[in-house]
Amino acid sequence: MVVMSPSGDVAMQQRDLILWATGLMLIVIVPVIIMTLMFAWRYRASNRDAEYSPDWDHSTMLELVIWAVPLLIIIALGAITWVSTHKLDPYRPLDRIDASRPVPEGTEPLVVQVVSLEWKWLFFYPEQGIATVNELAAPVDRPIRFEITSHSNMNSFYIPALAGQIYSMAGMETKLHGVINEPGVYDGFSANYSGAGFSHMRFHFHGLETEADFEDWVEKVRDDGGELSRASYKQLAEPSQKEPVRYYADVDPGLYDAILNRCVDPGTVCMKDMMDHHEPDHDHGSHGN
Amino acid sequence: MSETTYTPESGDVEALEFHVTEDHHPETGTLLGFWLYLMSDCLIFACLFATYGVLGRSYAGGPTGAELFDLPLVAINTSFLLLSSITYGFAMLETQRKRVGATIGWLAVTGLLGVAFLGLELYEFAHLLNEGAGPQRSAFLTSFFALVGTHGLHVLFGIIWLVVLVVQLRKHGLIVENQRRLFCLSMFWHFLDVVWIGVFTFVYLMGVLP
Amino acid sequence: MLEQLDLTQLIFGRLSWDAIPLHEPVIVATFVVVAIGGVALLGALTYYRVWGYLWKEWFTSIDHKKIGIMYMVLGLVMLLRGFADAIMMRIQQAWAFGDATGYLPPDHYDQIFTAHGVIMIFFVAMPLITGIMNYIIPLQIGARDVAFPFLNNFSFWMTASGAALVMASLFIGEFAKTGWLAYPPLSGIMESPGVGVDYYLWALQIAGVGTLLSGINLLVTIVKMRAPGMNLMKMPVFTWTSLCTNVLIVAAFPVLTAVLGMLLLDRYLGTAFFTNDLGGNVMMYINLIWIWGHPEVYILILPAFGIFSEVVSTYSGKRLFGYASMVYATVVITVLSYMVWLHHFFTMGSGASVNSFFGITTMIISIPTGAKIFNWLFTMYRGRIRFEVPMLWTIGFIITFVIGGMTGVLLAVPPADFVLHNSLFLVAHFHNVIIGGVLFGLFAGITYWYPKAFGYKLDPFWGKMSFWFWTIGFYFAFMPLYVLGLMGVTRRMSQFEEDAAMQFWFQVAAFGAFLIALGILFFIVQLVVSHRRRDQLRDTTGDPWDGRTLEWATSSPPPQYNFAFTPRVHDLDAWWQMKQHKYRRPEQGFKAIHMPKNTAAGIILAGISTVLGFALVWHMWLLAGVSFAALLAVAIGHTFNYDRDYHIPAEEVERVEAERTRMLASHV
Repeated sequence: MVVMSPSGDVAMQQRDLILWATGLMLIVIVPVIIMTLMFAWRYRASNRDAEYSPDWDHSTMLELVIWAVPLLIIIALGAITWVSTHKLDPYRPLDRIDASRPVPEGTEPLVVQVVSLEWKWLFFYPEQGIATVNELAAPVDRPIRFEITSHSNMNSFYIPALAGQIYSMAGMETKLHGVINEPGVYDGFSANYSGAGFSHMRFHFHGLETEADFEDWVEKVRDDGGELSRASYKQLAEPSQKEPVRYYADVDPGLYDAILNRCVDPGTVCMKDMMDHHEPDHDHGSHGN
Repeated sequence: MSETTYTPESGDVEALEFHVTEDHHPETGTLLGFWLYLMSDCLIFACLFATYGVLGRSYAGGPTGAELFDLPLVAINTSFLLLSSITYGFAMLETQRKRVGATIGWLAVTGLLGVAFLGLELYEFAHLLNEGAGPQRSAFLTSFFALVGTHGLHVLFGIIWLVVLVVQLRKHGLIVENQRRLFCLSMFWHFLDVVWIGVFTFVYLMGVLP
Repeated sequence: MLEQLDLTQLIFGRLSWDAIPLHEPVIVATFVVVAIGGVALLGALTYYRVWGYLWKEWFTSIDHKKIGIMYMVLGLVMLLRGFADAIMMRIQQAWAFGDATGYLPPDHYDQIFTAHGVIMIFFVAMPLITGIMNYIIPLQIGARDVAFPFLNNFSFWMTASGAALVMASLFIGEFAKTGWLAYPPLSGIMESPGVGVDYYLWALQIAGVGTLLSGINLLVTIVKMRAPGMNLMKMPVFTWTSLCTNVLIVAAFPVLTAVLGMLLLDRYLGTAFFTNDLGGNVMMYINLIWIWGHPEVYILILPAFGIFSEVVSTYSGKRLFGYASMVYATVVITVLSYMVWLHHFFTMGSGASVNSFFGITTMIISIPTGAKIFNWLFTMYRGRIRFEVPMLWTIGFIITFVIGGMTGVLLAVPPADFVLHNSLFLVAHFHNVIIGGVLFGLFAGITYWYPKAFGYKLDPFWGKMSFWFWTIGFYFAFMPLYVLGLMGVTRRMSQFEEDAAMQFWFQVAAFGAFLIALGILFFIVQLVVSHRRRDQLRDTTGDPWDGRTLEWATSSPPPQYNFAFTPRVHDLDAWWQMKQHKYRRPEQGFKAIHMPKNTAAGIILAGISTVLGFALVWHMWLLAGVSFAALLAVAIGHTFNYDRDYHIPAEEVERVEAERTRMLASHV
């Protein structure tokens, strides 16, 4: 059960939160189930020994208790929710690598730009100048910042072992931060139904043991990779299923920005250049900027 | 809790009656029901307003409200609709005086004002379409046409209803059913007026602001 | 040549022989079965010459009791369709691992899960809930009918019309492949150019008219037509929860109408509400649809809560514990249900403060809900519990529902939702509360009030069989989905990669679905067996369960006018109090009773609406124009009918009441 035993610190904290919240709620759920069975048995009609008070319908004390108990639990849970939601906000840069290690001073996160296509994933590595389809890699213990958008349909970018998911939407960019703590190959996929090829919209995420391994992987992409221009992107964006892994070494540097601003086609005006458009809004998946 | 706790021991137990022997006629719920319908309709407008609020500045490189709106024209249109509410009020006053002819007369005036309103609105729409500013041009124009057009469709429906009601008044006079219908249409008509004031302020006046 | 082509287009739009899915063996087989069954049914109806009877006594009836029963029949028939979809999905998912692709291609599978959701919510749960409210509310408040009897009939037929369109999509064309809420841009014209989404939209718009009008109708009924003496705090809890549900319907369905209307404009006129380009905004759709969608959940569950309250108090032989706090809890839930919609899309990138606000408001709903559960528990406490079938459903509900509630609160914690959103954990959660809450409530309600509607009790043996198979089947079918959700499995997948551990859980879930199938079968067996044994199961008293509220004060089934004399209410448990006072029903002094007349206007209007919807789906503009004109003409024509009611003569009332007197005497 990957959600219960993840390999990344963010997902781990989310797991812990599930356990805590479940534990808190069981304080009231278990007694209710026991009481239901107990009362049903004890006050069965055939049990004439049990007390019967047909007009007893009110007790201020008891009613106070039955409102107070859920209230107290929700106060506790609400406090946990407020704190954890802020701490685990996917937009917030990480401040720790795992429970015992803070992010060292001056560490820059690895940036990956993600585009969901029908029905495959395109990943840009702007710093490395490469791009891949349906394969993602990152070194262990290095914070990663995903910038996510979509070609057309709404999808949800989700690697359960790494961190929670976030939607990908056309013309908008969402962000997600995460870090992988154990080397390995993990499943990633779209968690939001997006049409016929959705079931196979999967990729592998490689957690690589060292920075050197990551450099090797980048080199491999560079060596085997082809060209990703606007024209070849248009081709790639055509709906297809079970797309194999692809590497691109020669990537049009403005392509991701053009996809985000919906101006890959020559001659179209980019959303960010249209007058009087929405100002980027911090609280929502902000428009291209 | 005293009102829900019944104690058989208390006083006048034997005097309780458990059914009414006279014919029980609950008051008619038509006006309440119609008012509830109006509130639900109001929610549809609320959604359209909210949508306009979100999309109203998404010009997609197309024309803006400031470029498109002809405020004097809309102001005249607004006055038609406001006047029609007043004339409907006169019709209702005549109804209370039980004068069928005068009621129908004022209804006719109301209807004509409504037609004038619709005519001007259609003129405005045709003008926009001619300029290439149709609902397909941008999200702003989509939400504009949806909001104003939905209001216009309501006015059209109100006019049809009004005509039908005039026929029924001529046929049956101011019988109870017809009075009730007059009252419902009155609420409907004034409701459209209120919505239009929102449209005028929110769409047109604020739309021409820089 | 060109003119001919245009004419064909004008008449048939985009409908052609290609639209009949002859290439799908599963659908063809279904069609053959439905066709044979349909022809057999129609043949039988003709052979036994019941068409006139059905038309006069049922289809055109404005009696709330008959309309209520018609709603129930519609809901149960559609349950079979919705469940058939469910079991097909379970089989596919248990099968399609690795190289095995199962028997449903994505194109078909995607329609099935969409249809399953749409049908179960709009055409099973809603009609069943509306049907029970229709039947019971007027009886519980001591009224003779609803406030607008004609509208009631019209509402029913509009709901049926929507259902008919969904059914038509099975054989003519296709249904939406978008998921039950049809998020754009997937549901937009670019991504879904076919007729599927149009079927979805028109079916829901037409049914939505019915739902909204029935909401207004029942709301006015409860507000205006309560028996003298029944103030708000003496209203039975079921009526209270129904009141809140209808408030929610009136305040939520217009939002659905508006947002689906906008999607229709996008699809038909090429506007840009929810497009990717031209400044459209899909987040607008998702917000609006959930502003309807979340209250919808409470529209379904609140009446079920009401049913449980009636059942638990009746079979415990005890006043409901904490009536006032029950009422307040209901009202609090009603208000809060509007402040939580964003929890359906925490993952859309809202800020942490927005997310935690909506997470916490969601959790707050569990406080009044928890209070309700304790109230039911303390109603059982010191009671004399008779384990009739409705009580079994209630106990099954409490235990199942608290588990579903717990996983619901878990999903309301945004960071937890980030890993559980859209997973099978979520699917398990909402089935846990909708089956464990709404459906168990409906079964409890049907069994509880069946003798009132038909004059005989349901056979308890088959009722218990149905209960146990449903309950055990539910746990087998959905607990594995929780596990799968924690394994990171997303919903709406038609195929999986090889994974033995995963497949095992899907197979367990499929097994559970078969147990539920038996539960449904035994429910039908129960109806048949009870009908055959109706003389032994007969209820001559009108009060088979020693009930507490006014519906038990009249005969089973009630006369057309419900009550010969309007009851006067002094207590929450009005009928219980009447019994304690040895109330004697009057046997003479009857007066003529003023009642509304039957009318065919409702079924005609709804029939035309079905044609109009079908024409619009297929772009048959000529037919659409004609049927729209006809719709308008019939509606206006109907307003010229001023002769809408009549009097049941006093002698007739006296005859019916004398019959009841004999019936009651035979019992003693």
